Amino acid sequence: MATYVGSNYRRKEDYRLLTGKSEFVADMKLHGMLEVAFVRSMHAHAEIAVDGTEALKMPGVHAVLTARDLAGVVGPLNPLEEFRLPQDLIDTIHPVLLPCPEDILAVDKVVYAGQPIAMVIAENRYLAEDAAARVLVKYTPLPVLADPFRAREPGAPPIHPAMGSNVQASLHVEVGDVERGMAEADCLLKRRFVVPRVTANPLETRGVLADYDRRSDSLTVWTSTQVTFMVRSNIAKLLDIPEEKVRVVAPDVGGGFGTKGGVYPEEIAIAYAARRLGRPVKWIEDRMEHMQSCRQSRDQVHEVEVAFNRDGRILALKDEFVVDSGAYNPLLVTCPYNTVAHMRGMFKIPNFAIAGACVITNKTPSIAYRGAGRPEAVFVMDRLIQIISRELGLDPVEVMEVNLIRPEEMPYDQGMYYRDGTKLVYDSGDYPATLHHALELAEYDRYRALQRERRSEGEYIGIGISSYIEGTGIGPFEGAVIRVDATGQIVAYIGSTPHGQSHETTLSQICADEFGVSPEQVTVRAGDTSLLPYGVGTFASRGAVTAGSAVQVASQKLREKMMRIASHTLEIPVEDLEMRDGKVFARQMPGRSMSFRDIARAARPGPNPARPADLEPGVEATHYFVPPSVTYSGGVHVAVVRLDKDTGQIDIIRYVVVHDCGRVLNPMVVDGQIQGGVAQGLGEAMYEQIVHDEQGQLLTGTYMDYLQPTAMEVPDVIQGHSTFLSTRNAMGVKGVGEGGAISPPAAIANAVSDALSMIGIEVNEVPVTPVKVLQYCREADARMRLAAAEGAR
Amino acid sequence: MTQRVAIELTVNGRPVRAEVEPRLLLADFLRDHLELTGTHLGCEHGVCGACTVLLDGDPVRSCLALAVQANGTHVETVESLTQEDGSLHPIQQAFADHHALQCGFCTPGFLMTVRGIFDDLPGMTEAQIREAVSGNLCRCTGYANIVRAVQQLQRDLQLQAVRDPATRSGSRVDDRGALRDTARSEVK
Repeated sequence: MATYVGSNYRRKEDYRLLTGKSEFVADMKLHGMLEVAFVRSMHAHAEIAVDGTEALKMPGVHAVLTARDLAGVVGPLNPLEEFRLPQDLIDTIHPVLLPCPEDILAVDKVVYAGQPIAMVIAENRYLAEDAAARVLVKYTPLPVLADPFRAREPGAPPIHPAMGSNVQASLHVEVGDVERGMAEADCLLKRRFVVPRVTANPLETRGVLADYDRRSDSLTVWTSTQVTFMVRSNIAKLLDIPEEKVRVVAPDVGGGFGTKGGVYPEEIAIAYAARRLGRPVKWIEDRMEHMQSCRQSRDQVHEVEVAFNRDGRILALKDEFVVDSGAYNPLLVTCPYNTVAHMRGMFKIPNFAIAGACVITNKTPSIAYRGAGRPEAVFVMDRLIQIISRELGLDPVEVMEVNLIRPEEMPYDQGMYYRDGTKLVYDSGDYPATLHHALELAEYDRYRALQRERRSEGEYIGIGISSYIEGTGIGPFEGAVIRVDATGQIVAYIGSTPHGQSHETTLSQICADEFGVSPEQVTVRAGDTSLLPYGVGTFASRGAVTAGSAVQVASQKLREKMMRIASHTLEIPVEDLEMRDGKVFARQMPGRSMSFRDIARAARPGPNPARPADLEPGVEATHYFVPPSVTYSGGVHVAVVRLDKDTGQIDIIRYVVVHDCGRVLNPMVVDGQIQGGVAQGLGEAMYEQIVHDEQGQLLTGTYMDYLQPTAMEVPDVIQGHSTFLSTRNAMGVKGVGEGGAISPPAAIANAVSDALSMIGIEVNEVPVTPVKVLQYCREADARMRLAAAEGAR
Repeated sequence: MTQRVAIELTVNGRPVRAEVEPRLLLADFLRDHLELTGTHLGCEHGVCGACTVLLDGDPVRSCLALAVQANGTHVETVESLTQEDGSLHPIQQAFADHHALQCGFCTPGFLMTVRGIFDDLPGMTEAQIREAVSGNLCRCTGYANIVRAVQQLQRDLQLQAVRDPATRSGSRVDDRGALRDTARSEVK
């Protein structure tokens, strides 16, 4: 019975976060705790010799550790098991994947500016930084490869010599017959699209605190992560200790957005240091370190050919793209394969060939960031739609319409595999209806008319449309253990690790509905590997689908068990019992009942148990939800913009999102995810870019250089919902975390291109910064003046 | 480094005396020495606003201020907002009512920034509110609900002023004088 699912239940997380009672890693303090400052590379590529003897003499310093201390004791980080492609997919597409292990502290040479070289451990961070400045690093610079196109040339020296090449991974997928499609089409065009490097920038930087317990010879590591279980398995593996001796906890986490969805060398190093020194050791990343060393994302260049008929129908699409992976590529082809799988989005493109390569350069390593390869695909596809429409003199809506998958074609098979090794088949949705709903909310026709009217007055208004689909709720699994304690409180232990997604609220809602209680009677515990044996994490828009389904099914199992115990004690058949308001009672005789507390007592282990003989003791049930495949969310964004000719600002008049995420658990939370995602996407569209110079030096290392949108730039998104239930989980839920961030770069680039269509401006690269907008406007003004003068003649 | 300086200040209404290194940041003093960890450090170069506290009533970035600079001042942190009985300040309540926080890391900074403009709120336009909080970055919410929360607070204050123009008591935040002052300025 859905009483709480679907309601705007107030967030259970808020009280502690509003009152300063929350606890982030930086807030933690343990007795005898030491603090760390890392010495990081000043060069992007150089041989190094490190001397920590002076630093060790500094006041309050306990240790200076370098690669020498780790040699033979702590192994290098390898790509995470969880992000390897399944074998059937490998056998189908035969990707190239070269091993590229990442040293915990640089061994003999550094491969990017900001790479950790040494760690100084002192009484406090101030003293650690004082001493870090005294660590002598002698650099012998090596030639820097900061450009992936140079780095991938056959003669280029490999940055990691053992790899023999800088092309760490490549893949190729083909559907249909692209050459034939090209030959049959009326028109062909080629374009280059650039989606630059950005960084997620959660407001809380990374942070790790490790505590070694001598008595049990075990480690507890608190870290600001999205993936506690992956951190645990890697600490155990690299320090060569049993997993049982490592507990990893993510306390309150201040945002992640993908960048905390991996395992970092620093997490291993801090765990090692705590064990070696026998004392708690803490490291809190500062923002400069974060900008330089925390993994970054996107950075794709696409060379595309598209073949289409005069009605706009796309017959073939061919794309070769390069990903600048930076110095390491821990997620392997996760992001590029997402790009491949999502490229055709809502469209039917029968012939499709795409090849991607991950190239190693002397830059900060890469990882997923909200969207993870999808915003790049959507940028390419939606820019093409607009370019084709202009080429044919059609409205982009017309070109979208002739190519959209129709609702009657669902489930729609795209003829290839998804990243999880299952067939890429969209489960549900009505894309034309979603598009038209969005156009209606955007008042499309009105703004088209206004655009024409105002253009003659020299005002540049543009409309940009973007559509996306997103495979959400990826496996392999997520787990939940549900328990009723002796006081009758329901506790849900989950394996995923929230960092702003409101798991404590939404999962309580699911659980509450299954037991017929208030969410207040449910406690959700997450982010701790000691809670249950297996877990995956929170990323890839998977929490609601996977953890939500695990909670639902585990709750149902437990409910059934509780009903059986009550039936046994009350001597009433299960069919005649009902569970509601924290008790189980006989439908005909409500007076005959057992509270959850009674059931918990009856289920206790001991002689003469008051439960059926075949039931295990305890009020507890476990479920690991294994999705059959991902489930496809989708949406349409429409941006109506006006270009400010004085400031170069893109004024967003209207920003509309209509999206489908299946069953909505909590509308308030879903709307918040969309609005927040759009804000990040707009940042990427208009301001944000990580820039390295030719020597691999970061030029955008502060928040004054790496601009992020504020309350002044982000509009209130006008949202519409369309609900097409997922067919791949019982609740019909689809993921929503990333959707908002996927389309804004394409929508804004389309809107700006549209505003300037009279001069044929094509925005095929983001961000569209104010400087670029000013240049475009000047060109447009000149063209308009010329046209007016010619008209007058 | 080793030479310490004696400071005396008031933090959240309580007198504090300490000897600190001259280089100690106000943020670190509050967090590490006074264990007021509600103040968060987001960028440590004065842009993100997460560390905002009130210094003699004005919002300042505690990552750019030194503890010694706070000598003789009144400092208020996010911990000062909550009432003794644990109930929320109207600003906190408005943020909770409007889902104005997700991960919550930036939230204390926003709360203190809004606390700093509290008295001026009733007369502010939406654009002015947006500008007033534009020194605080949030990476989760996209700001819409933060602005809604502040606007709700603004409406509550306006109502309060109309309903209760001259009274000096009975408001929920009476002990801080905020509603009273607002009411007075509305009457003028």
